[in-house]
Amino acid sequence: MATASVASHSAHDHDHDHEHKENFITKYIFTIDHKMIGKQFLVTGIFWALIGGFLSILFRLQLGFPDMDLTFLKPLLGGWIDDGGKLDPNFYLALVTMHGTIMVFFVLTAGLSGTFSNFLIPLQIGARDMASGFMNMLSYWFFFISGVIMFISLFLENGPAGGGWVVYPPLSALEQAIPGSGMGMTLWLIAMTFFIASSLLGGINYISTVINLRTKGMSFSRLPLTIWAFFLTAVIGLLSFPVLFAAALLLVFDRSFGTSFYLSDIYISGEGALPNTGGSPVLYQHLFWFLGHPEVYIVLLPALGITSEVIATNSRKPIFGYKAMIISMLGITILSFVVWAHHMFVSGMNPFLGSIFMFLTLIIAIPSAVKVFNYLTTLWRGNLIFTPGMLFSIGLVSFFISGGLTGIFLGNSAIDIQLHDTYFVVAHFHLVMGSASFFGLMAGVYHWFPKMFGRMMDARLGYVHFWLTFVGVYLVFFPMHYIGIAGFPRRYYSFTTYDFSSAYTDLNMFVSVAAIITFAAQFIFLFNFFYSMYRGRKASLNPWRSTTLEWTTPLHPGHGNWPGEIPAVYRWPYDYSKPGANEDFIPQTVPLSATPESNLPHEQELVKLEKEIIAEEGEVLVANESKES
Amino acid sequence: MEEKFAYIEGAEQPIAMHPKKFSLWLFMVTVVMIFAGLTSAYIVRQSEGNWLEFDLPAVFYYTSGIIIISSIFLHWAYLSAKKDNLMQLRIGMVIASVLGLAFLVGQWYSFVALVDMDVYLVGNPSGSFLYIFTGLHALHLVSGVIFLIIVLISSFRYKVHSQSMVSMEMCVTYWHFLGALWLYLFTFMLLNH
Repeated sequence: MATASVASHSAHDHDHDHEHKENFITKYIFTIDHKMIGKQFLVTGIFWALIGGFLSILFRLQLGFPDMDLTFLKPLLGGWIDDGGKLDPNFYLALVTMHGTIMVFFVLTAGLSGTFSNFLIPLQIGARDMASGFMNMLSYWFFFISGVIMFISLFLENGPAGGGWVVYPPLSALEQAIPGSGMGMTLWLIAMTFFIASSLLGGINYISTVINLRTKGMSFSRLPLTIWAFFLTAVIGLLSFPVLFAAALLLVFDRSFGTSFYLSDIYISGEGALPNTGGSPVLYQHLFWFLGHPEVYIVLLPALGITSEVIATNSRKPIFGYKAMIISMLGITILSFVVWAHHMFVSGMNPFLGSIFMFLTLIIAIPSAVKVFNYLTTLWRGNLIFTPGMLFSIGLVSFFISGGLTGIFLGNSAIDIQLHDTYFVVAHFHLVMGSASFFGLMAGVYHWFPKMFGRMMDARLGYVHFWLTFVGVYLVFFPMHYIGIAGFPRRYYSFTTYDFSSAYTDLNMFVSVAAIITFAAQFIFLFNFFYSMYRGRKASLNPWRSTTLEWTTPLHPGHGNWPGEIPAVYRWPYDYSKPGANEDFIPQTVPLSATPESNLPHEQELVKLEKEIIAEEGEVLVANESKES
Repeated sequence: MEEKFAYIEGAEQPIAMHPKKFSLWLFMVTVVMIFAGLTSAYIVRQSEGNWLEFDLPAVFYYTSGIIIISSIFLHWAYLSAKKDNLMQLRIGMVIASVLGLAFLVGQWYSFVALVDMDVYLVGNPSGSFLYIFTGLHALHLVSGVIFLIIVLISSFRYKVHSQSMVSMEMCVTYWHFLGALWLYLFTFMLLNH
């Protein structure tokens, strides 16, 4: 009895309390409203994307123009530029490391999953807020603290962590190894601990919200594919981040307390052996990649979910193979945990084990191909509407194909021995994971911007941004395949020491120029984003004529999302261009009984059941009202 | 009338589980994953050889007994609370909490025993792993004891009874889980040291 009236009361409370009592701090800073937390993640993610992108421009300058005089960067980088105007090689390593860490964790995990899981889950499943608003707030602030610590590490005298974003010991474990393995590495580990806590708090919330707080009628078979993707992403995170924590914990003990989990019989510049004995560096790689590989899908799945939604909406067609999409995402989720050792084919691991992991890795091609096929068949003969969001989604599909194909090469251990740690790998994962997920993020921002800020982003600037970025990404990463096949290893400071290795200098120069143009194009987006936030055209309630629940909320939804009752759901989210229907979309909130003209035979059967439920509900509503008055 | 409202409740929470309880279960999943990662690391490392052999401290048998008895008393307290027998609830809670603290003290003595055997945190990983397992588990157990004490205090303030069982149920779940986790770790170390 209590629950029913509490539920309707809290709706009232939200309308009244929050409009009056909220001040700047509770509304914008320590907020527990999932929509504001989502925006916090987005803005922080954009900030980190700019830093991560800028770091990549710095090392692209070194790679593309090895003889360039970088003295003009001295005001910013100070001692990292030597007197001859050259970038410090140790700082180059730190740049590569921080670019990877920032992009993988801060931008494409927190900025993507954090933004859209928070923003969309309650809106699309019909909930007032997350299961625990407080934990949600903690999740953002742990991420923020993690970011602050990582940011501070950029300014250390010895530089930030420099052992690559995978921080393999012994390089990362011994201060003597490189300058970045001192304080920089310590701060990296502290920052990552906070980041893991943030991800887990967020993930626990997403899972329990999706399972417990769906509105009436929102069964799992009626969930938008975005929610399926966010849900499975959270499950992957929940299972894999603790293992990264375990790996990091042992690394902390090795670094600070002198244990030997990863260290054994090490000689440094003829000083005699270190006391550590009996450790195994391959052990770290196993533990790290048990997170590291699922992390790829933590980054990619939300982008794929967003794409499903955007492509279906803008093709004005139901998504092709809804169930196949869910099953292939489930397949990817499960397989992501049993393929980690394909990152370790050359680590000295047992080759027999390698062939098992090769087999499992290649199986992932099946669900991935199913997804690509479904995207293409959804687009096929649709009434395509090329909004910027749609273009970015199609761009994602393109990168997913071209980057995915090289994954089949790399998954074969025999070919991987040749290509391991070359620019071929860099090209592969930047296309399939980096750019694809980034395009998913962009598609999401363009598509849901009207819901976030009540205004439209400028479409023409969006097109310019899209084409510059899309062409730019291919110009940056496609040539890297050739550089990689020629055998150039990643993370090397310079390729011009010997004549034979200078062969690709002009190609590297080309890549660097393309990278700078692509990075510059992002400022078009940045301008569009912040300008539209205040000055953009006012959005209509449902600008893309979409079926899902978030477009049934007011233009600026308050805390609690719907002013009255939460709408019930009567159909799946992809009723676009249904034969016989008056409009080319039917929102999820329209009962089957209201659309007899377009119902399929089996749906006509369900109408009877639906009428009974509505009648029952009416009685409850009447009962509630008489109770309250 | 009553049934109609039950229908609304059912609709809002399809699997009818308290969100906080559900979150606790998810948290326990993350703890399981940490220890699954660590114990797998132990097996992988052990298979590579160069492994120091030593006997486990006997004090582990006593602490295992203590944690089992503590769980039994907590469960007794939980059943008493369900029957609104508040006196038994308090007695059970006090005994469970004291035994929880006793377990922590016992684990400390296991460290002492290890040092007496010349097995240190720094040295061959076989010893280091032992310290990490017990230490990390003890850290989780501290959070469990704090949870116990919070529920203990609310039981003295008449806030735990048959109509208000959420925190009690969560506490019982978590404590049994930590006990089971220890028994897993102990069995694992007995079989694999």
